[in-house]
Amino acid sequence: MATNGLTMRGRAAIAGLGITEMGRIYGHDASWFAGEAIRLAVEDAGLTKDDIDGLLINAGITNGLTLALQTYLGLQKLRLLCQMNAAGSTAAQMVQYAAFAVTHGLANYVVCVFADAPLQQNRSAGAAYGGQRRPAGMASLTSAYGLFGANASYALAARRHMALYGTTHDQLGQIAVSTRLWATMNPRAQMREPITLEDYHASRWIMEPLHLLDCCLVSNGGVAVIVTTAERARDLKQPPVYIWGMGQGHHAPAVRAGWEPETHTAATIAKEAAFRMAGIELSDIDVLELYDCYTYTVLVTLEDYGFCKKGEGGPFVADGKLGPGGSLPTNTGGGQLSSYYMWGMTPISEAVIQARGQGGERQVPKHDFVLVSGNGGILNYHGTLILGPNPA
Amino acid sequence: MPEEYAKPLPVPDEESQPFFDAAREGRLLIMRCKSCGAYRYPSRDRCDVCWSTETAWVQASGRGTVYTFGIMHQLYHPGFKEEIPYNVAVVELEEGPRTYTNLVGIPNDQIRVGMPVEVVFEKLTDEITIPKFKPAS
Repeated sequence: MATNGLTMRGRAAIAGLGITEMGRIYGHDASWFAGEAIRLAVEDAGLTKDDIDGLLINAGITNGLTLALQTYLGLQKLRLLCQMNAAGSTAAQMVQYAAFAVTHGLANYVVCVFADAPLQQNRSAGAAYGGQRRPAGMASLTSAYGLFGANASYALAARRHMALYGTTHDQLGQIAVSTRLWATMNPRAQMREPITLEDYHASRWIMEPLHLLDCCLVSNGGVAVIVTTAERARDLKQPPVYIWGMGQGHHAPAVRAGWEPETHTAATIAKEAAFRMAGIELSDIDVLELYDCYTYTVLVTLEDYGFCKKGEGGPFVADGKLGPGGSLPTNTGGGQLSSYYMWGMTPISEAVIQARGQGGERQVPKHDFVLVSGNGGILNYHGTLILGPNPA
Repeated sequence: MPEEYAKPLPVPDEESQPFFDAAREGRLLIMRCKSCGAYRYPSRDRCDVCWSTETAWVQASGRGTVYTFGIMHQLYHPGFKEEIPYNVAVVELEEGPRTYTNLVGIPNDQIRVGMPVEVVFEKLTDEITIPKFKPAS
């Protein structure tokens, strides 16, 4: 049987969305945030606890979620359960596996949840992602050289792009500025004060070439979505957000010459399946929700989806086209840079809001197709979703 | 009593012991697959190209180019307090594999992607010496 993915187009939908309070919210652990997000998602969909028969779990940097979440929430008769991990691309992938499960009868209503609580009182946000692993053998050389945390690895990736293609700080900074403009219209966003390129340049170095304002936030919080079939979704409280296309692509790290995942991500693989399944072109995309752990992540992702040519991401974003009123509305809730950092759930949550037309002041008028990209590792793992309010 | 080394110290394991032994003698070893000839660094017990587990340590030329680099301004470990801002680089060895390292003998603002470099060895303790790189002579 030919399976080019077309049989999945529009067959599943996101029917519920739960977003907790975000940011420096103390006194709760990841399970509490997950429970709160799931409660909100179930209520949003117009379902009850007993309807939920599937649970896919993605823990964050603190590994605060385990299969014990099932017990914590008293979900006694699940037909689907797994803790999943493909780093920042997990969320998009959970939605994909949930879509297959509901369309093939393994479960009816699958909750996909991410929650984390890395922020502690009286501790810097940076410390939460310090990554002081102490492996043995040659892997222990990296900390001897002073390479710690994701910031450093993404700085190395951004530098490579800047050296190869002449990408500038003004161009990266424009992504931060455009994204912050969207955040000013998102009541959930942690950072809502507009910034200028001057502010960007003045923000302190984290690891050159990355300024503080190149880097995403750290958040305590949780996001859950509920995936069900298109038919079931139509009977629920919210307008269905149909899953038109799905794809994944994964590049191993750059261990030797001739291989550059830092500047050529596996989005090139993920997009093939997703756009083929959706049966649409890149130019049909109205809204982009891209994983933006760093400004550079947005730039390289735009290139690899083909919105511009390889190496031209810098000039492409420099006119502010990603921001409000621009020709390519991107990260319309303020993204991970300015709203909240829920790994792959940040882009998914805003995509659901935009596809439903519930974005309020920041709603993009035309929102037939919303592109979601998840990114994990050091630009190694990639998950794509194409979402839309119209049935396929 | 000698002052204790303040930065994270590499911990050799059985697989990597030949690498650290050679580094102490001023030689840079990398692994080479006996089956397909692919070089790899750091050490791994299986070739990622052909999956063979037959492997040998060979001496690298020690020459390479700067693949990318960054200047670290954040303090993650107290041992680096006096060095901030310090560079961390990725060097692509002549044989192909890439390695994290620090560049020495050059101010941070003069480091460029693509510049040729060569290995030098820095003795951290009596047991541990690690390779770093300096601009090629």
